[in-house]
Amino acid sequence: MKHTARKMLTFVMALTLLVSLCSVFALADDGAFKVGGTGPLTGGAAIYGNAAMNGAQIAVDEINAEGGIQFELKYEDDSHDAEKAVNAYNALKDWGMQISLGSVTSAPANATSAENFADHIFALTPSASAPTVIDGKDNVFQMCFLDYPTQGGASAQYISSMGLAEKVGIIWKNDEDYSTGLRNSFVDKAAELDLEIVAESTFAAGNDTDFTVQLTEMQNAGADLVFLPMYYQPASLILSQAAAMGYEPKWFGVDGMDGILTMEGFDPALAEGVMLLTPFNADSDDPATVAFVEKYQQLYDEIPNQFAADAYDCIYAYKQALEAAEATPDMTAEELNDLMIEQFTTMTFDGLTGTGMTWDETGAVSKGAHGCVIENGAYVGLD
Amino acid sequence: MTFLNYVLSGISLGSIYAIIALGYTMVYGIAKMLNFAHGDVIMVGAYICFFAVARYSLPPLVGVLAAMAVCTVLGILVERLAYKPLRTAPSLAVLITAIGVSYFLQNGAQLLWTPNPKVFASVVGTGRLALFGGQLTVSYVTITTIVSCIVIMIALTWFTGNTKMGKAMRACSEDKAAAQLMGINVNSTISVTFAIGSALAAVAGVLLCSAYPTLVPTTGSMPGIKAFTAAVFGGIGSIPGAFLGGLLLGVIEIFAKAYISTQLSDAVVFAVLIVVLLVKPAGLLGKQVREKV
Repeated sequence: MKHTARKMLTFVMALTLLVSLCSVFALADDGAFKVGGTGPLTGGAAIYGNAAMNGAQIAVDEINAEGGIQFELKYEDDSHDAEKAVNAYNALKDWGMQISLGSVTSAPANATSAENFADHIFALTPSASAPTVIDGKDNVFQMCFLDYPTQGGASAQYISSMGLAEKVGIIWKNDEDYSTGLRNSFVDKAAELDLEIVAESTFAAGNDTDFTVQLTEMQNAGADLVFLPMYYQPASLILSQAAAMGYEPKWFGVDGMDGILTMEGFDPALAEGVMLLTPFNADSDDPATVAFVEKYQQLYDEIPNQFAADAYDCIYAYKQALEAAEATPDMTAEELNDLMIEQFTTMTFDGLTGTGMTWDETGAVSKGAHGCVIENGAYVGLD
Repeated sequence: MTFLNYVLSGISLGSIYAIIALGYTMVYGIAKMLNFAHGDVIMVGAYICFFAVARYSLPPLVGVLAAMAVCTVLGILVERLAYKPLRTAPSLAVLITAIGVSYFLQNGAQLLWTPNPKVFASVVGTGRLALFGGQLTVSYVTITTIVSCIVIMIALTWFTGNTKMGKAMRACSEDKAAAQLMGINVNSTISVTFAIGSALAAVAGVLLCSAYPTLVPTTGSMPGIKAFTAAVFGGIGSIPGAFLGGLLLGVIEIFAKAYISTQLSDAVVFAVLIVVLLVKPAGLLGKQVREKV
């Protein structure tokens, strides 16, 4: 009896092995491009990683349903940690990734983009906006709206040209590349334009709950506009504490502010009049955006943010580039790498986050910025 | 006036640290273990209250009671499943387990409630008390927090001093083996300690999120660490020490931000902590309170 059981077990194990072997072959020739990406699917930044993954998945499902070019998408968790991101990247490489979506956030993307460059695997990151991600790497490209040196400068330009303020204050997060980069480019541009910055104050992770000191500084310096280069979570606290203090300057945010209105329980009155430059507006009338938002809400029960839209655009940009290059899924990552570099530096792409996007040789995208203001709990175009 | 306003902001921040530190210090004082998951129990409490109030439109008081009930059960469960099997293990093993529980709760919350931030509506309203013709204001949340701290402090001191269970707790704190020989059920005593500590955590969570309304699965972790610092500052194991340490930590943090540098405020806070511990290794009130409860 015991003997039979062991025989059975051997048989079952052999069968499992065989099946798994078959599936390896099946994966290899079902004619799909293997696209891999890493992002924070858990941890404090998980909201961004999951949004990007969901956005990319929607695009993949749409394209696969059309027939024609086929994609297989795989996301690995990097918990917004550079070391974990490299492990995740290696797992994707073992899986057979041919083209990559890089990483979602900047710190892990710095680590994985170096690997992409060394391995000649092309990367198009949806949202890692640090200039160091693409710097010196000919095969790493960005989809995100304006790498931040441009965005900070563009915001200063916008404030100055629209005559929004005389005295500007800035509150920024000094332990985050994203916020520091935006602040630096804003300050540089402001100096050029003679926009007076009267107060600057910072905060850091772990110190981001109480902003009374920073707000008092702004108020005492008489800032009539406060620039908030940060993500929406600390921004929401700043807005509510300023309201409690009775301090009412104009607020100018950045793309990371997107999402503030979808926070459950947030009082939209607090964000009334907040201005920002944004590439993606979930309330837009554009039919492609409306369809995307509807599908996203149906599948994931929330309004997509800009990370989701960027990742969605990445997949469609890949589709366009692969079709134009007449690439086939049996090509190696290295062959695709050369083709993609050639395509991305020459093509023009229309997506949810902008029309007429082009990329230069450094991998930076150029697309327009729209001024938006929050009115009655919705984004309204300023121009 | 700006100075006094900073003092008041410091007290608001400090009162939150204090109420978290009370739970930390009480569990440490009796079970002699650092429950690093305390901050995450706080987060669970805040979520329960949030759902009760925002989703099921229950009155805030019911939300607080629900949070306390859930956290009490959670505290007992965690103690049973994670800490009790390690009762005789080296304290380092328990410490690492506590860190594991902390991650487990954070990630569990993320699975259950998604990482998307939620905005917590204050249970005592967002009003502020105006003093000196409106030049100084104190929020109701701060007043509630300080009153709660004092009530909890008095109640805990009375409980550990005058009830049978409280005396059993003090006995366990001094010597577990001897307490057992005297017929005290050490396991159930420690379970009760965790139950009380977790109920306090629920109250702290609700007040933390009433003051600083963004609620995410990691909400409890940083305030938890700061409150632990406050407990050490005041003398870990000492209940009035936790209160004093919390308030001082908050005031020092705000002053460091306002008068030294917003970039260096945490460094200043911890430098002060180091100096205090060099002069008084047991913390501010650590020595005066001989009985560690």
